[in-house]
Amino acid sequence: MEKFQVLRSSAVPLPAEDIDTDQIIPARFLKATTREGFGKNLFCDWRYQADGSPKPDFVLNNPVYSGAILVAGKNFGCGSSREHAAWALFDHGFRVVVSSFFADIFRGNALNNGLLPVQVSAEFLNLIFEAIEADPNTAFEVNLEQQTFGIPSKGLSASFEIDAYKKMCMLNGYDDIDYLLSLQKDIEAFEKQSQLV
Amino acid sequence: MPNTLFDKIWNAHIVAKAQGNMDVFYIDRHFIHEVTSPQAFAGLEKRGIPVFRPAQTIATADHNVPTINQHLPIREELSRFQVDRLTENCKKFGIELYGLGHEYQGIVHVIGPELGITQPGMTIVCGDSHTSTHGAFGCIAFGIGTSQVEQVMATQCLLQEKPKQMRINVDGVLPKGVLAKDIILYIISKLTAAGGTGYFVEYAGEAIRALSMEARMTICNMSIEMGARGGLIAPDETTIEYIKGRKFAPSGAAWDKACAQWSALYTDPEVVFDKEYHFRAEDIGPMLTYGTNPGMGIQVNESIPDEDGNSFSKALEYMGLAPGEQLLGKTINHVFIGSCTNSRIEDLRIVAAYVKGKKKAPNVNVMIVPGSKQVEAQAKAEQLDLIFREAGFDLREPGCSACLGMNEDKIPRGEYCVSTSNRNFEGRQGQGARTILASPLMAAATAIAGKIIDVREEYPFN
Repeated sequence: MEKFQVLRSSAVPLPAEDIDTDQIIPARFLKATTREGFGKNLFCDWRYQADGSPKPDFVLNNPVYSGAILVAGKNFGCGSSREHAAWALFDHGFRVVVSSFFADIFRGNALNNGLLPVQVSAEFLNLIFEAIEADPNTAFEVNLEQQTFGIPSKGLSASFEIDAYKKMCMLNGYDDIDYLLSLQKDIEAFEKQSQLV
Repeated sequence: MPNTLFDKIWNAHIVAKAQGNMDVFYIDRHFIHEVTSPQAFAGLEKRGIPVFRPAQTIATADHNVPTINQHLPIREELSRFQVDRLTENCKKFGIELYGLGHEYQGIVHVIGPELGITQPGMTIVCGDSHTSTHGAFGCIAFGIGTSQVEQVMATQCLLQEKPKQMRINVDGVLPKGVLAKDIILYIISKLTAAGGTGYFVEYAGEAIRALSMEARMTICNMSIEMGARGGLIAPDETTIEYIKGRKFAPSGAAWDKACAQWSALYTDPEVVFDKEYHFRAEDIGPMLTYGTNPGMGIQVNESIPDEDGNSFSKALEYMGLAPGEQLLGKTINHVFIGSCTNSRIEDLRIVAAYVKGKKKAPNVNVMIVPGSKQVEAQAKAEQLDLIFREAGFDLREPGCSACLGMNEDKIPRGEYCVSTSNRNFEGRQGQGARTILASPLMAAATAIAGKIIDVREEYPFN
C-alpha cells in the first residue's frame, strides 16, 4: 500500500449526497479479475453519454477542476461493498475523499487501499464547497500525522478522526494482512480454546 | 454487566486486542463468489500462502451468471472468464464450490441458510454487503471488501472496530397484505439511507417474532440500505425449527448441545442501546420507493413528498416523477421477482398464490428468478412453475440477475420496474432503468394489473 503523510492539492467538488458505489463504479465493470484499470470507468454513467462521449456538465470533465482530493456530499460510498469503488477513485488519481459522512464499508475499503477518508462537519464541508466555487485552484492541505485538513492560505483548518492503528498503517504503507499473519499462533490458540477445529 | 445479543457473539470471537480500537475478530464462516474474490486469491498467490481454513469457506457463482441455459457454457466472455477463475481458484485452494450446474448453486445469501451452514451465534462474512441477511439467525454477519476477503482467506480473522448498537422494535400485528419487505422499507423510509451508519441493528418486538425465518432474512438483508453494517434477530423456536435437519445442521448429541448454546443468545433485559426506535406494525402498509435510494419510500396510497435540495430533485428527475404525484395507478412495463431479498420459496409461494389462474397484463414483462437450485426444485415440486408459466411469467434459473444487472438481465433505459430487490440506485438494473422497490405481493399484483394497485383491496386473494 502507498504511504500517506501530507498532501497539498486542489480539490474536485461533487456536492451530491448519498453517492452509492454503483455510481462510483457501475456493476457491469466488475467483471475484471485484477485491481487495476478501474479509473477510466469512475462515475461512468455520470461522466459519459451513452455513445461514450464526455458529458460536459460533469465535474470530472470540467478542466477548471483538478486535484487529488474529491469533496463529496454526505453519506459517500453507501450501498454495495465493492472495493472496486476505492480502486477506481485511487486509479483515477484521488488520494483523499472529503465528506461530512462516509458509509462504513467504503471507509474501510478506502483505508485498506491508501485512499484517506476525511470526515468533516457539515458546516466545514460547506465552507470547502464555497472556497472551491470562489477559486477552483484553492490549495488544500491534508496532514495525516496531525489529523488536520484545511486551506492554509486562509488559515482554515479542521481536525479529523482516524483510528490510531489505521493511521499507523496509512503513514507507513502497511496493510492489515501482514499484521494478521503475524498473529497466526494466537489465532490457532483461539480456535483450540473455542473448540472450533 | 448486561450484554446485548451482539455483545455476546462479538465477545466470544475476539482473538486479541489490536492497536487503536481494533479487535482481532474471528470469522466462523466465509462465503465467497466470483466477483469479489479473484483479486483476493491473486493476493494469496503473490504471497505464496494458502487459504488458512478452507473448510470454513464456501463458494458459489451467482452475481455474474446467466439465468437461462445454465447447462451451456457462459456466452459472455468476461463473465465466463470470471466464473472460470472461481472454479480454478477453488480447486487450487481446496474450497467447496457450489458452481453452475450444482444442485446447491444459488445466491450466496440464499444457499447459506437453506443448507444449514448459517447457524446462531456465528460470525459470517462475504464480499457482498447483503451478508447482513444471515443475521436473521442471530449471527454477526456483514459485508466486506476484497482486501478483507483476502485477510479472512489468509487468517480467518479481520481487524474490526466494535460498532455502536441500535435496537428497532416493531410491535403489534401486521395488517393483511403487508409483508416483511414492507416493514423494512418502512423502517428505512423513517430512518433514511444513512440512519444506521456506524451501527449494528437488533430487530425485536412482537411483529418481528411473528415472522418466519425467510421473512426475517428479508428484514436483515436490507439493514445495509439504512447504512447499518448488519442486523440481527435473537434465535427462537422458529429459528431452531428452520435449521433442524438441514444438510449442515448439527445432529444427534451435537444438535442438543447447539440448541442449549443458542438458547443463551438474547439481549439481557437491562441493556440500554446507543439508539432505540419503536414502530407499530399496524401503521405499515404496502411500501414503494419513488427515488434513487431505498430511504425514499412511501406507502402505496401516499403521494411523493416535496423536499429541498439538489439530491432530492436529481433523484425525482432521474425517476421521471414529481412531488405530489402518486405511484398508485402508474403503468408499469417490467416486474422483477428475485434477489437475495425476496427469491426464497416463501416469496415464490406468495406470488403463486396471488397469480394462480390469472394472466399478466399484456404490457408487462415479468421475470421471476429463484434464489437457488433448491428453491427452483421446490417450486417445481409444488408445481408453482406451472402457475407462473400459465400467468405468462418468465421463470429463470438462479442468480442475482436484474437486481444488479451484471448479466444480460437488464431493464431498458427510462422504463419503470417494480422490483423485489433491495436497491433503487441510478442504473442499478441497467443504464437509465427506473427501479421501484416493493414486496413480492405488490410485484405480483403489478404484474397482473399492468399498473400499481393497492394489493390490500384485492384481499382475500383467490
